[in-house]
Amino acid sequence: MIPLSEFKEGERGVIRQLNGSGTFRKRLQEMGFIRGSEVFVEKYAPLRDPIELVIKGYHVSLRMDEASQIMMEKLEQEQK
Amino acid sequence: MKKETITVALTGNPNSGKTTIFNNLTGTRQHVGNWPGVTVEKKMGTVLHNDHRLQVVDLPGTYSLTAYSIEEIVARSFLVDSKPDVVVDIVDASNLERNLYLATQLIEMGVKLILALNMADVAQSRGHQIDAESLGTLLGVPVVFTIGTKNQGMKELLDKVLEVVEDRDTVSRHIHISYGHEMEKEIKKIQDVIWKDPSVGERFSTRWLAVKLLENDAAVQERVRSFGEIGEEILAQAEASRERLVEFYKDDAEMVLTDQRYGFIGGALKEVLKVSTKSKLDLSRQVDLFLTNRILGFPVFIFFIWAMFQLTFTVGAYPMEWIDAGVTWLGAVVTALLPAGLLQDLLVNGIIAGVGSVIIFLPNILILFFCIAVFEDTGYLARAAFIMDRVMHVIGLHGKSFIPLLMGFGCNAPAIMATRTLESERDRLLSILINPLISCSARLPVYILLAGTFFGASAGNVIFSIYGLGIALAIAMGKLFSVTLFRGDIAPFVMELPPYRAPTLKSLLIHMWDRSQIFLRKMSGVILVGSILVWVLSSFPRSPDLLRGQAVETGATSATQERVLTAAESQRSASASMVDENLKSSVANIEMARLENSFLGRLGHFIQPIFAPLGFDWRTSVAVLTGFVAKEIVVSTLGVLYAAGADVNEESEALRRSLRASGMTALGAYTLMAFVLIYIPCLATVAVIRRETNSWKWTGFSIGYSLVLAWMVSFLIYQGGKIAGLG
Repeated sequence: MIPLSEFKEGERGVIRQLNGSGTFRKRLQEMGFIRGSEVFVEKYAPLRDPIELVIKGYHVSLRMDEASQIMMEKLEQEQK
Repeated sequence: MKKETITVALTGNPNSGKTTIFNNLTGTRQHVGNWPGVTVEKKMGTVLHNDHRLQVVDLPGTYSLTAYSIEEIVARSFLVDSKPDVVVDIVDASNLERNLYLATQLIEMGVKLILALNMADVAQSRGHQIDAESLGTLLGVPVVFTIGTKNQGMKELLDKVLEVVEDRDTVSRHIHISYGHEMEKEIKKIQDVIWKDPSVGERFSTRWLAVKLLENDAAVQERVRSFGEIGEEILAQAEASRERLVEFYKDDAEMVLTDQRYGFIGGALKEVLKVSTKSKLDLSRQVDLFLTNRILGFPVFIFFIWAMFQLTFTVGAYPMEWIDAGVTWLGAVVTALLPAGLLQDLLVNGIIAGVGSVIIFLPNILILFFCIAVFEDTGYLARAAFIMDRVMHVIGLHGKSFIPLLMGFGCNAPAIMATRTLESERDRLLSILINPLISCSARLPVYILLAGTFFGASAGNVIFSIYGLGIALAIAMGKLFSVTLFRGDIAPFVMELPPYRAPTLKSLLIHMWDRSQIFLRKMSGVILVGSILVWVLSSFPRSPDLLRGQAVETGATSATQERVLTAAESQRSASASMVDENLKSSVANIEMARLENSFLGRLGHFIQPIFAPLGFDWRTSVAVLTGFVAKEIVVSTLGVLYAAGADVNEESEALRRSLRASGMTALGAYTLMAFVLIYIPCLATVAVIRRETNSWKWTGFSIGYSLVLAWMVSFLIYQGGKIAGLG
C-alpha cells in the first residue's frame, strides 16, 4: 500500500485504508472515498498542491497532507 | 381551494443546480436573509400552484447531514424542527452515486421525500440511462426529471409535491436501508429503549435517532440528553452498542454505516443505471487542462482578475460620473429651492452628500458581482481556489478566500460581501476580519496627498510600502486569528471541481441583483444615519457671528469651485486667479473657525491626548474622526482644517504648503498614512460587516481590533522613527 500523495498524474488505484482523525475520515467517506473505490489522479495544481482526483465519476481536489492519509493499491496503467 | 401554506424544503449537494431550480420556481418572489445566529444565507420564496400556496425554502447545499459543518447543522435542524411538508432532494443525474448519499440520509429521517433528477440532459449526453421508475420503487421515493437550466420539469415537480402532500402518490413508502445483521441488532436494542417513552417516537423517527447515536452524533446526543432519565438510558445503551460494534467490525460504527449506505446505493444503481461506454470527448476536461495548466494556470487566472478589475473600474467609471453629476445636480436644485439655513444645509451637505458618496459605488458593485457570478456559475471559481490554495493555506485560509481579499483593493464593502462564496463559516469570518487591512482605493487619495507632500520623488515607493504593510498585516492577523480565535476545526479541503457549465443570464442577473439589493437596502439606512450624525457633529453648536459667513460660503462654494477649476486649468488670467485665491482663503478661514468650534472640533481636541503619542495634533484627530464615514473625507477635512478650503483634492498645492508649514514631519505623515490604512475602514464597510457576520459582537471586534492595531503600529512607527532620529 502506498499513500495517494505519491501517485503521479494519470495513475489510478483502489482505496484500501483511510487514516487520520474521525471527522476527516467521515467527511472523506461521505464524499465517496470508501474502501474499494477507484481513484484516478487527474492532475496536480501548478504549485504541486492540491491534487485533483476523479472518483465515482466526479472531480474533487484534496490537499497533499490529506491525500497522504489515503492508503492505496496501485492499478496497472490502462493502455490508451 | 386550500388556504394553508405548504412548506417545501429544497435540499441537495452543492453544484446540483439547486439554486437554479429555486430561482425557476420562485422567480422574483424570493426573500434572502440569514439563518438565525449564523452567516449562512437563507432563501425563501412563494409559489402559487393549482390554487395552493407553496413556501419554498432553499436549504444550504450539503453533501451529507452529519452536522459537521454549520451548513449541515442549519439544514438538519430545519428538517427536524420545522418539519417541512415535503422535502425535494435535487440530485445531479450525471453524478448519481455521490448525490444519492444525501438521499439515503433523508430517507432515514423519515421525511416526505421527492427526488428531482436534475441536469437530465447532461446525464443523457454522457451516455447515462436512468430507469427512474425502478429507482423510485427501490428507494420508495417518487422521482421526477428536471432540467433547471432550461426550466423544464418544474410543473411536473410541483404536481408531484401536491400529490405527495395529499398522500395521492403511489410510490412513496417507507424503506429501511439494511445495515447488516450485527448493526441491525444494535439499532433494534437502542430503539427498544427509546420506545419505553412513546412521546419520543411521536417527535422523531426512532430508527434515525438510533443510527445517529451509533454514529456518535454530538447534536443528537445533546438532544437525547434533554429527554431526562430516559435520555440517559438511551445514551447508555448507545454507548454499549458502539463498543460492541467496534469489537465486531474493528472500526467505528459511523465508518461501517457510511460503507453500507454506499453499498446500498451501488446495489441500486446496478439495477437502474446503464452507462453506455461511448467515450465522448469531455470538453470540460479539455478546457480545464488549459485553465489550470501548470504553466498557463497562473497567467490565465491573473488575466481574468485583471479583466474583472478593468471592467469594474473602467466601465464602471461612466455610470459613476452620471451618478455623481446627478447627486451634484440634486444638491444644486435643493440649494436653489430651499432658503439658506439649517434644513438646506442638512439636506445638501448632510444627507445628499453623505448618501451620494456611497451610492456612487453602486455601478462598481453591480459589475463586480456580475463577474463573480460568472466565475461562480461557470465553475471557474473552484479552479481559482484550486490553483491559489497553496498560497492561501499559509494564512490558514481556503483557496477561495483569495478573490474576496483581492477585491478589497477596489473596495472592501463588496469584497466582504463576496465572502459568501466561501463554504465554511470559519473561513468567512476570518476573511471578513482581515479584509479591511487590504488597502482600498478610497484610501489612495490620502496617501497621494501625504506622500506627495513629504516624500517628493520617492512618494511612489512610500505608497507601495503602505500597501505592503497592509498585506503583511493581513497575513499576520490571519495567521494570528487562525491559531487563536479559530483554532482547531479546520474543515478538510475536499472541494468538488464541478464540470464547466454555461451559466444562464437569468441566474447571473438574479445572483447579481440579490447582492446589490442587500447593499442598497441595508446600506442606505446606516449611511443615512451616519451622514446625519457627522453633519450634526460638524454643524453644531452654531455660533451666531459665524453664521453670516456660513451663508456667504454656501452660496459661493459652487461658483468658487467652478472658477478655481477653470483658473487652475487655463492659468491665463492672473488677476482672476488672485481674486479667487482671496475669496477662497477667506471662505476657508470661516469654515475652519466654524469647524473648530463645532462638536466635532471639540471632540478632536478632547481625544487628541490619545493620539499625542502618535504625533497627531487636534486637526489630524478630527480628520481621522471624519474618515470613519469614508476615508477620502480625510483629505477634505484636512483641507478645511489647514485652511486651504474644502474643495481641495490630493493634488492641491495650497494644502501641501499648509501641511508643510504646520510642522508635520515626514515621519508624522507616514504614521498618519499607516493609521489611515489600518483603522476602521469606513461606515459602509462596517455596515457590510454587521450584515455579513450577522453579529454585533464580530462587528464590534472588527472595529476594536483595527483601532488597537492601528494605534499600536502607528505608535511603533512614530516612536521608533523618533528614536532612530527620523522625526
